[in-house]
Amino acid sequence: MAGCTATAPRVEMTASNHRWRKAKNVCMQTLAFMCAALVILPLLLVLFHLLSQGASSINWAFFTQLPKPVGEVGGGMANAIAGTFILISLASLLGVPVGVLGGIFLSEYTHRRLNRWIRFTADVVNGVPSITWGMVVYGLVVVPMKGFSTLAGALVLGLMMIPLIMRTTEEVLQLVPAGYREAALALGIAQWRMILQIVVRTAMKGVVTGVLLALARVAGETAPLLFTAFGNAYWTHRLTEPIAALPLQIFNYAISPYDDWHRQAWAGALILIFLVSAINLGVRALTRDRFSRTAPQILMPGHHVATEVQPPHGTAG
Amino acid sequence: MDRSDAGRFGDRAFKGLTLVMALSVFVLIVLIGFELARGSSTAIRQFGWRFLISSDWDPVNEKFGALPFIFGTLVSSAIGLVIAVPLSIATAVYLTELAPQWLRQPLTLFIELLAAVPSVIFGLWGIFVMVPWLSGNLFPQLQRFLGRLPWFQGPIYGPSLLAGGIIVAIMILPMITSVSREILRSVPGLQREAAYALGATRWEVTRIAVLSYARRGLFGAVILGLGRALGETMAVTMVIGNSPQIVKSLFAPGYTLASVVANEFSEATTDTYLSALFEIGLVLLGVTVLVNALAQVLLKTFAGPGVKPQN
Amino acid sequence: MEPQADQRIALAVRGLSIYFGHHAVLKRVTIDIAARAVTAIIGPSGCGKSTFLRALNRMHELNPDARREGEIRLFGDDIYAREVEPVVVRRRVGMVFQKSNPFPTMSVAENVTVGLRLNGMRDKRLLAERTEAALRMAALWDEVKDRLQAPAVSLSGGQQQRLCIARALAVQPEVLLMDEPASALDPLATQKIEGLIVELKKKYTIVLVTHNMQQAARASDFTAFFYLGELVEFGPTTKMFTNPAQKRTEDYVTGRFG
Repeated sequence: MAGCTATAPRVEMTASNHRWRKAKNVCMQTLAFMCAALVILPLLLVLFHLLSQGASSINWAFFTQLPKPVGEVGGGMANAIAGTFILISLASLLGVPVGVLGGIFLSEYTHRRLNRWIRFTADVVNGVPSITWGMVVYGLVVVPMKGFSTLAGALVLGLMMIPLIMRTTEEVLQLVPAGYREAALALGIAQWRMILQIVVRTAMKGVVTGVLLALARVAGETAPLLFTAFGNAYWTHRLTEPIAALPLQIFNYAISPYDDWHRQAWAGALILIFLVSAINLGVRALTRDRFSRTAPQILMPGHHVATEVQPPHGTAG
Repeated sequence: MDRSDAGRFGDRAFKGLTLVMALSVFVLIVLIGFELARGSSTAIRQFGWRFLISSDWDPVNEKFGALPFIFGTLVSSAIGLVIAVPLSIATAVYLTELAPQWLRQPLTLFIELLAAVPSVIFGLWGIFVMVPWLSGNLFPQLQRFLGRLPWFQGPIYGPSLLAGGIIVAIMILPMITSVSREILRSVPGLQREAAYALGATRWEVTRIAVLSYARRGLFGAVILGLGRALGETMAVTMVIGNSPQIVKSLFAPGYTLASVVANEFSEATTDTYLSALFEIGLVLLGVTVLVNALAQVLLKTFAGPGVKPQN
Repeated sequence: MEPQADQRIALAVRGLSIYFGHHAVLKRVTIDIAARAVTAIIGPSGCGKSTFLRALNRMHELNPDARREGEIRLFGDDIYAREVEPVVVRRRVGMVFQKSNPFPTMSVAENVTVGLRLNGMRDKRLLAERTEAALRMAALWDEVKDRLQAPAVSLSGGQQQRLCIARALAVQPEVLLMDEPASALDPLATQKIEGLIVELKKKYTIVLVTHNMQQAARASDFTAFFYLGELVEFGPTTKMFTNPAQKRTEDYVTGRFG
């Protein structure tokens, strides 16, 4: 063969080159492992301190009593815990229908350019700092109503939920095989019925997962509530009154100068992290059979492993 | 077979309903921009461009300048990125390429739980555990070894720009790791096989076939992390010291755009004061929207058919 | 085509069995692959031919559930010996895949030399020589000699596959494994690849997996027929296709099944 240099030296992998490559291989793998360990370290430390500082303060009184006046020892966070539940429930009334229906549109009706812009905007809105949301609802609701309120707090959380749920719903519906839709339409079923009763029903677990994850996300938000719900030392009786919330209470207690409040902040944080983790772990158990894939990528060259429903990322202020 | 009018009406109505719901995101973004612009109009009129370059934050005399907060936000985010990016990408590589099979799912789960921990809880831990430890251990050591650099000089109080940067790093670590992991997983197995077949070691396969291929996507993940870092509020507020000043020392307390709003919004006594805070919010919004838009573009141009870009 | 001069055995396979989990994908395969010849591996889907090919350069080990029994010797060296690392084996036994997979972030030249650079070759002049030699051997030189710095993905499908062949040849392996190398290509490109294979066997031992029996008949010296994980028959190609000993072989090559 012309140009084939039969006398060129064979490229031998020299012993030193081989040793060096082996060493680098081991070195890099160790480094990567250490980085992974470092990444989970903060969570372990936080959990440790939450448990050691907060667990002892969790008692019946904590769950049932209102905060005591400033400076007095004791009391609980009953109103804050209830407040968080009330806020996320009210927020769902806005966030869930709008988000789910919007997600259905994105998934089921293809208008390529429009959908691309909607998705892009939703993703950008998801990245907006949550404190700016607080300012927006302050201007929209708190100022005209001349006061902080439960309504404002629920509204801001609900608005934040919309783009979150929209995207997770869309992702989940996309995983439903096209064949289901085609089979239904071929039977003469109306499209809207097909979407609701076939597609959404098939993906229901995933949709619920997305909703729960969004709830967990907004349950932990503090910044947007700072000047909407504002917090309350007592029980709230009307939607137009300010309301306490767990993250708010934790924040206020933590930056206060009182040791007893610090102690209670730890306890409140323990409850909050328990709530959030329970939801996150719970949804994973819910979707395990459908979405978890364990076969490594390399076994199936060229195939893409379907992504699981991801918890919504973004700014938790 | 003719579809009944009722059926067609149902289809149209449903499509219309879902369309309106989907269009709400446009309403949202306009709403945010509009409200913030409206709220800051007084301050914009009064201070103009000088707002962005003045370091005067004097509520008593009604003089407001955003520079200390812009400085604090940029520095704390930069520190956060410098710490988090190498750690996150290395962890993502570990999770996708190097970790033993039995470890991958639990570790990934752990990191996703980490992402779900509310900011205020990290802030709580930051105030009472991290900052005291830093000011007692890490900071003095840094001052001992790197004290020749102006950044590591000056008195150590605890709450500081550096503490803020570290806690930002902790907050964005899980997110960058998750996104990077998805990106690395989407690299086709065929690429890895090509490298293995040439006799490459595991690390070499990762370097040549995976990291190179995923470059653009990983960069998008980093920008996404930056967007998140810029807007991080509660944890930073609780450890950064909340002092509007621009100093060289990283041990000095600082203040970020998000923190000043969080701290002073409900205390703002005058219209100008409130409007200045709105304008700070507007600046923050502008910067984060730009950065996030950039991240989305990067991730979308990289993403293959199997990868969904994360928020 | 009668088998050529070199009577050495490149790969001596003895009693090779491969399990994925509990499932036996290959069962006690024993075969001698002749040096400087083309050995085609044929058989219906699922017969284990790809797995067999991968066992020859230890690529099946990338699957964590894989288990092996039996022995393979490469010119007398046991490739599964305890102290032998897969990295070393894969230097001596190269592989070309069904779908071309050049590294997209590298240029044409960089793709060709990646194996060499991994092994520590730095000399620019030497690298350039090697690049030209490998590209000539892959019958690609004339088409890309002006575009060596162009991104590898800017080449056509057939060119990319030849680039992958050049990449594999650059490190001068002793054996070249080819897993249905032309199945993703149009007939013209396929022809080029087949012509290339016939040229390459003058210097290299080639093991070729193909589902295309005409290709096996055209391009190979020896043919092995696999069925359900077992080696049913092995012999010179002409004999396998005109006068096979086993009925199953005859049924397959005459198209009665598969």
